[in-house]
Amino acid sequence: MSATIPGSSPALQPPRSPQRNQQRSNYELYSWLFMRISGLVLVFLVLGHLLIMNILDGGVQRINFAFVAGRWSSPFWQVWDLLQLWLAMLHGTNGLRVIINDYAERDATRFWLKMLLYTAAVFTVLLGTLVIFTFDPNIG
Amino acid sequence: MPTAPAGTLYRGREGMWSWVAHRITGVLVFFFLFVHVLDTALVRVSPSLYDAVIATYKTPIVNLLEVGLVAAVLYHALNGLRVIAVDFWSQGPRFQRQMLWAIMAVWLLVMIPGTYFMLQHTVADLFGAQ
Repeated sequence: MSATIPGSSPALQPPRSPQRNQQRSNYELYSWLFMRISGLVLVFLVLGHLLIMNILDGGVQRINFAFVAGRWSSPFWQVWDLLQLWLAMLHGTNGLRVIINDYAERDATRFWLKMLLYTAAVFTVLLGTLVIFTFDPNIG
Repeated sequence: MPTAPAGTLYRGREGMWSWVAHRITGVLVFFFLFVHVLDTALVRVSPSLYDAVIATYKTPIVNLLEVGLVAAVLYHALNGLRVIAVDFWSQGPRFQRQMLWAIMAVWLLVMIPGTYFMLQHTVADLFGAQ
């Protein structure tokens, strides 16, 4: 980022200005591309998930521990849910990162909001992954 | 210290409002995702605890919120496809407005039967014959 006066709106540099060429990182380009690729995959994963869980065959009314145990006995749904968890969390975290960058104007506010976001995201991804990998249908 | 908002590239109408709705639905769905991973994690604690928490999802008010969740996810998914078309299809920017009305039509066509199936049990419970 180019230097900005704290509390002021960051100025957009013209595309070929010298300042823009100083520290070139393709991070935002990859972030933009990731949102589109992960979004495309998530359209199928999440809409499929919602169709099965909320709409077909009684929807949410039939969901209970036994239902989850039945689904996770199949590697297909384990992989589906794992991929869905990781892609949705990364997609959502990156989306909220962009929103924080857009609306939190003070440097310190932006920094702490993003730290909170990343902490919650890492915790949730690890927890969800642990649950999928260590699920025990005979617990309790 | 109050500051003047930065200049915006957006000029209202369909283009801007679809973007606003994309942000709002994205944030709402993301916050629910945290809750949903936590409630599912209860399968690792005890089946009865998991079933007790999932029972709240079957109550009329939460059931209605689920229709809202599906509505938000479906809008975000369809509009996301439209954003991809605007970015990667050479004619995308030209037809962005028509594409918005097209996805809204698809959204409505899916939401009408979807809402029916999602609320069937709740409506029968509340108003149905015993």
